[in-house]
Amino acid sequence: MQQIGPRLDPAPSRWSYRMQRLMLTPLYRNLLRVGLPFVIAFGSVTIYMSDDMRREAVVTGITDLRDQFQSRPEFMVSLMAIDGASTSVAEDIREILQLDFPVSSFDLDLEAILTAIRELPAVADARVRVRSGGILQVDVTERVPAVLWRTAQGLEVLDADGMITGPATSREEYATLPLIAGEGADKHVTEALDLVRAAGPLGARMRGLVRMGERRWDVVLDRDQRILLPEDAPVQALERVIALGQVHEMLERDLAVVDMRLAARPTIRMNAAAVEQWHELQATNAGIAGR
Amino acid sequence: MIELYHSQRAMRNMRRAAMQRGVVAILDVGSSKIACLVLRFDGADRGTETEGIGPMAGQAGFRVIGAATTRSRGVRFGEIHAMQETERAIRTAVQAAQKMANIRVDHVIACFSGGDPRSYGLAGAIDLEGHVVTEQDVSRVLSACDVPDYGDGREVLHAQPVNFALDHRSGLGDPRGQMGMRLATDMHMLTVDGIAIQNLAHCVKRCDLELAGVASSSYVSGISALVEDEQELGAACIDMGGGTTGISIFMKKHMIFADSVRMGGDHVTGDISMGLGVPASTAERIKTFYGGVVATGMDDREMIEIGGDTGDWEHDRRTVSRAELIGIMRPRVEEILEEVRARLDAAGFDHLPSQQIVLTGGGSQIPGLDGLASRILGHQVRLGRPLRVHGLPQSVTGPGFASAVGLCLFAAHPQDEWWDFEIPVDRYPARSLKRAVKWFKDNW
Repeated sequence: MQQIGPRLDPAPSRWSYRMQRLMLTPLYRNLLRVGLPFVIAFGSVTIYMSDDMRREAVVTGITDLRDQFQSRPEFMVSLMAIDGASTSVAEDIREILQLDFPVSSFDLDLEAILTAIRELPAVADARVRVRSGGILQVDVTERVPAVLWRTAQGLEVLDADGMITGPATSREEYATLPLIAGEGADKHVTEALDLVRAAGPLGARMRGLVRMGERRWDVVLDRDQRILLPEDAPVQALERVIALGQVHEMLERDLAVVDMRLAARPTIRMNAAAVEQWHELQATNAGIAGR
Repeated sequence: MIELYHSQRAMRNMRRAAMQRGVVAILDVGSSKIACLVLRFDGADRGTETEGIGPMAGQAGFRVIGAATTRSRGVRFGEIHAMQETERAIRTAVQAAQKMANIRVDHVIACFSGGDPRSYGLAGAIDLEGHVVTEQDVSRVLSACDVPDYGDGREVLHAQPVNFALDHRSGLGDPRGQMGMRLATDMHMLTVDGIAIQNLAHCVKRCDLELAGVASSSYVSGISALVEDEQELGAACIDMGGGTTGISIFMKKHMIFADSVRMGGDHVTGDISMGLGVPASTAERIKTFYGGVVATGMDDREMIEIGGDTGDWEHDRRTVSRAELIGIMRPRVEEILEEVRARLDAAGFDHLPSQQIVLTGGGSQIPGLDGLASRILGHQVRLGRPLRVHGLPQSVTGPGFASAVGLCLFAAHPQDEWWDFEIPVDRYPARSLKRAVKWFKDNW
C-alpha cells in the first residue's frame, strides 16, 4: 500500500545529535553520574537543615529514639545483689553507689562502680557485672581482720597486709585478735603475726607488741614485764627467751625487762625489791651459799 | 599551491591529534550509501593480539569499534548535491556509529568518489648542493616539479612522490643519505573539483566534526581491494559504486593513475525503472534480487513479479522474465565497462608488466559480471573484497565497503605526500616577507 504521510526521517535532529554527543563526553557523563546526585543530596540536606526548628526536631527525634531503645525492659537493671560482703560493708557499698533502681544498663558506668567499691577500706577485691534478669551483681572479697592496732586516735583493725579494714570501738569486740601498738606498726604486720605465733607458749601473759622507734619490737607481758627484741631475727630471740623462761622460770621471777637487743649479751633488769633482796642475800651469805 | 600545502598540513596535524586521542571516524560519502566507521588506535598492544592471523598489510594497531551505514541522500555522482540532506545522512551514520562505539568522535577522515578526479604525472630534477641527499633536498626536488595548469577551482587531493632517481639509478624508494649529483623525482598528482571538497568540508563541519583528512575513494578502495603482489606488480582497481565508477592503477605500491567514470549502479537501476515502468525502489529491489548480465535458457522461464500499487489488477500483476531484466541491465553494464576500458587505454594500462584487474564496490556483486568484464577488459579479472581488519562487523565486509575499509588503512598508514616534507628553505623567507608586506598593505 502506498504511504499517505511523509516518510519518517531516520536522521536525528540537530539538537538530539548534539545532545547525544554531549552525553558521550566522558567528563560530562561523570559529572552527571556522580556530581549531580551528590549536589542534589547535599543541597537538599543543607536546605532542610538550615532551619533551626527542623534541626532541633531531628535531634530530639534521634534522642527520643535512643532513650526509647535504652529504656526497654530488656535493658533495665532493677536491683543490686552483693555477694561475699558482711552487712556493714554491703550497706557501705549501697551508700556510696547511690543507685536509684530501676536504671538502664546503658546508664550504668560499671568501671566507675568497680573503682568506687574497690576504694572501700574493707574490700580487698570486687567484680561487677549485669546479670540476666536485670540484676547488678557485685562480688566482693573482704579483707580478713588479723590484728588490732592501737594508736593515739583509737583502735584500728588491720588485715594481714597491714591495710586498715575499719575502726574498732573497743578491745572486747576483737578479743581474739592480737594487739599491736606504736608508730609504723601497721607496716610490719606480717612480722608481728610471726612474733605472736612464736609467743604462743606465753599464753595469756602476753599483752601485745609495741613497735619501738619504728624499727624493732617489744613484747609486753603482764606485771609490766617487757622483752626487748633486736631488729634482726626477732623471732629467734623471742624463742630463746621463751626457752630460758621454761627452763629457769625466768619470766615468773621479779624481772622488769629482758633485753635481747644484743644477741651475744642477753641482759635482764630486775625490779627494785628484787635488787634489795639480792644485796641482802649477798651480805648474809658472804658469797658462799650462792655457789 | 602554497595555500593547499598549508591546509593539507593542517589536516595532517589534525590527524596526528586524532591519533593521539586514539579515536577517529571514517566517513565514506557515496552516492548510494554513507558508511561511518569508528577506529580506536591502540598501537601499544600490538604484540598481545593472538588471533592466529598476524598483522596483515600493517593494519594492526587499530580496531574498528563502531560501524554504521545509512542510505545516502543528496549525493549524486559522488558529489554533494543537496547540503541539508547530506548533512542529515552524515549525522545519522555518525550518531549510530558513535552509539555502537559508545565514545564521542571529534575527528573524521572522509573520502568521496566524485569531483572529476584528474591524474597528472609530474617530474622534477635538481642538482644536489652537497654529495649526500638530505631531507631538504627531497623537499626541494618535490617543489621543483613543474606543476601543470590544472585549471581554476580545482584542488590537489593527492600529491605523492612515486619514484626517485639519483644520477642514473632509478626506482629508489628513499634517496635520503645516498651519494649522488643529481636528484630527480616522479610525482603523481590528483586534482579534484574544489567545490566538491568545500561542500564536503562544510557538511562535516555542520555536524560538529573536524575534518582530519580527505582521500579519493578510488585510491582507498585500491588500497583495500588489491593484495600486496598486485599493488607491487601493477594492477587496476575498478570500484563500481552507485553514482560513479572509480579507476585506480597501482604500481610498486604507489597509485600512479586515478580516474572515474560518472556512471554506476544507480544508472542500471534507472534503466530498469524506465524499462519496466516501476518506481526506483522497486527497480533497486529487483536488481539486487534477480539482476545479472549473462542470460541462459533458464532465465526465459523465470518470471519476476514487478508489482505496482495503482489498484488496476492488470497493471499490478505484471511479470517480466529474468531474461528481459538481464537484457535491460547488460547494455548499461557493458557501457560502463567500455568506458572504463577507454580510460585504462588512455592511461596506458596495456604497457604495465602485469595487467590484473580487480572489480570491487557494490556494483561488482552483479552475478556474471566477472565473465563480462574479462571479455571487455582483459583476461586477468577477479572480484575483490576488502581486506579484513580487526573488529570489522560481518555486515561491513562486503565489496561495497572497500573504500571505507581502505580509508581505515589510509588513516592508519598514510602514504608520504608532498606536504609531509618541510617547505624548502629557499622559498620560505621570501614568501613570509611577501606576506608581511601584503599584510601591511592590507591594513594601512
